[in-house]
Amino acid sequence: MAILVYADHNNQELSSATLNAVTAAGQMGGDVTVLVVGEGCDAVAQAAAKVQGVAKVLLAQDASLKDQLAENVAPLIAKLAEGYSHVVAPATTTGKNIMPRAAALLDTQQVSDIIAVESADTFIRPIYAGNALATVQSSDAIKLITVRTTTFAPAEAEGGSASVENVDGTGDAGLSTFEGAALSENERPELTTARVVISGGRGMQSGDNFKMLEEVADILGAAVGASRAAVDAGYVPNDYQVGQTGKVVAPELYIAVGISGAIQHLAGMKDSKVIACINKDEEAPIFQIADFGLVADLFQAVPELKGELEKQGIQAR
Amino acid sequence: MKVLVPVKRVIDYNVKVRVKADQSGVDLANVKMSMNPFDEIAVEEAVRLKEAGTATEVVAISMGPEQSQETLRTALAMGADRAIHVVHDGELEPLMVAKMLAKIVGEESPDLVVLGKQAIDDDANQTGQLLAGLLGWGQGTFISKLKIEGGAISVTREVDGGLEKIGLKLPAILTVDLRLNEPRYASLPNIMKARKKEIAKKSPADLGVDTTPRLKTLKVAEPPKRQGGKKVGSIAELVDKLHNEAGVI
Ligand SMILES: Cc1cc2nc3c(=O)[nH]c(=O)nc-3n(C[C@H](O)[C@H](O)[C@H](O)COP(=O)(O)OP(=O)(O)OC[C@H]3O[C@@H](n4cnc5c(N)ncnc54)[C@H](O)[C@@H]3O)c2cc1C
Ligand SMILES: Nc1ncnc2c1ncn2[C@@H]1O[C@H](COP(=O)(O)O)[C@@H](O)[C@H]1O
Repeated sequence: MAILVYADHNNQELSSATLNAVTAAGQMGGDVTVLVVGEGCDAVAQAAAKVQGVAKVLLAQDASLKDQLAENVAPLIAKLAEGYSHVVAPATTTGKNIMPRAAALLDTQQVSDIIAVESADTFIRPIYAGNALATVQSSDAIKLITVRTTTFAPAEAEGGSASVENVDGTGDAGLSTFEGAALSENERPELTTARVVISGGRGMQSGDNFKMLEEVADILGAAVGASRAAVDAGYVPNDYQVGQTGKVVAPELYIAVGISGAIQHLAGMKDSKVIACINKDEEAPIFQIADFGLVADLFQAVPELKGELEKQGIQAR
Repeated sequence: MKVLVPVKRVIDYNVKVRVKADQSGVDLANVKMSMNPFDEIAVEEAVRLKEAGTATEVVAISMGPEQSQETLRTALAMGADRAIHVVHDGELEPLMVAKMLAKIVGEESPDLVVLGKQAIDDDANQTGQLLAGLLGWGQGTFISKLKIEGGAISVTREVDGGLEKIGLKLPAILTVDLRLNEPRYASLPNIMKARKKEIAKKSPADLGVDTTPRLKTLKVAEPPKRQGGKKVGSIAELVDKLHNEAGVI
């Protein structure tokens, strides 16, 4: 058996999500090959070659692959997949966009967002916003899988020495064009990998008030997230959304501020190691899952939290 | 321009899901069912295209049991012109749904198929991409903005890093994200009118699609329960607990 892992990257850096996918692939049993698709991404291939547990790197580069348009990438995955028992991608927006299209070309029923590998053909995945966990067995010859990154430890980024082999793309399908991106600039850690996450909800009342959370985040080295309500209201950009249909996070500490705790939000954060919350309504459902809940007005409590952290000299780890 | 909108009947998003004691699945008996929330957004977008004069006809499609008709009636009341119901009682996997949709696309020749980005029951997030792959059409997934001009469309996609803009040729597949629009509530007169609109019935066999599942569900279990519920009395206590007891800061 051999497993092909689709690398998530931005042509410059290999994303950490790929490291989680490599770990999941390793558990399926077999040699792991990483496929890097893009343009001007030699550095990404070099980084992938150093990841422990990676036997080989395939690198496909040309202009039609630069922006990883699904229409141009899926045929390449389908072509390469013939030599593998599994094709695995992290369940990032890139993986979610491309993989099912490749599954259609291979006539395979993809298994989405797995949280555990039971055996080479059996996987566990959350359904109903994580309120149930389904164990499913795939009968497809080539298994296509996306991986929930938070439940697999990242593979070691250093120590491997895989060879890099160039492969050709399948050309421009002529169906779509990349017109540009507006990516959030952010000095803070990435939401999905941060050790601490502090999220704000509708209770924050405005985007300006998120500065309070950012100040606490800067002390703790935390990422800032949000509920859907805060994103819909325009307080923060869409990529802050934590939940069933946003990002899934599982930090050591999650602090929910002014968030009620709807099941769709819990779906994205209830696997955090420790959950704290600040909410003025003691009946809010978030308290039922919080390890440490504080009933308080956030406009008082958050500045106080900042003051207390400073007083005690607590710093980012 | 003709627009197809696949809509799925799912457990209502407000319902607390319960796993069956024998771990064979989720208990759906006497549970409130509704249209998948993303599909409401898809119907809304299609109806707005019609109101703007861009679309000429909106056809809602659902695969599922007899009761999926109610979901189609909702789509019709929101403004869809007619509906197609593929009646099927067993489990439907995204690949099967996509294959049936591909057959219907062959019969209907739409310019656009607008789906939800994900069904909130199986959380698969696959069907639109599968359909695009089967048809060899362009795909705009997780969109929060749509612009149609002439024979081309431009979409804004919600991605992990922020937003992305993609241009697509028609015909194309779109899957919608939460912020594309706010779906309307059907008015009473429109609900009445919807009763008279046509729902054509088909079976998977009519469409020549095999409904043997590729995935076998061995078990559906409840996730581990969190032991939450403890309260602290002050910020000082909170910081103390996080620092000294939990050791996470
Ligand atoms: C298909 C679908 C998908 C969804 N996906 C997601 C998702 O991915 N992520 C997500 O988060 N949601 C999602 N939702 C939305 C979800 O159902 C809730 O509506 C949302 O999470 C509510 O956000 P909130 O907690 O910020 O707002 P609210 O529920 O309005 O809660 C605000 C809270 O703030 C508290 N508060 C107000 N003022 C103060 C104050 N001064 N001090 C302290 N506390 C205060 C209130 O007591 C209240 O508990 C989805 C919904 C649907 C239908
Ligand atoms: N049984 C079904 N009937 C109609 N549309 C469906 C069905 N299943 C999935 N879809 C469509 O596909 C989208 C994504 O579903 P999924 O891939 O299952 O997450 C949904 O939002 C619907 O638009």
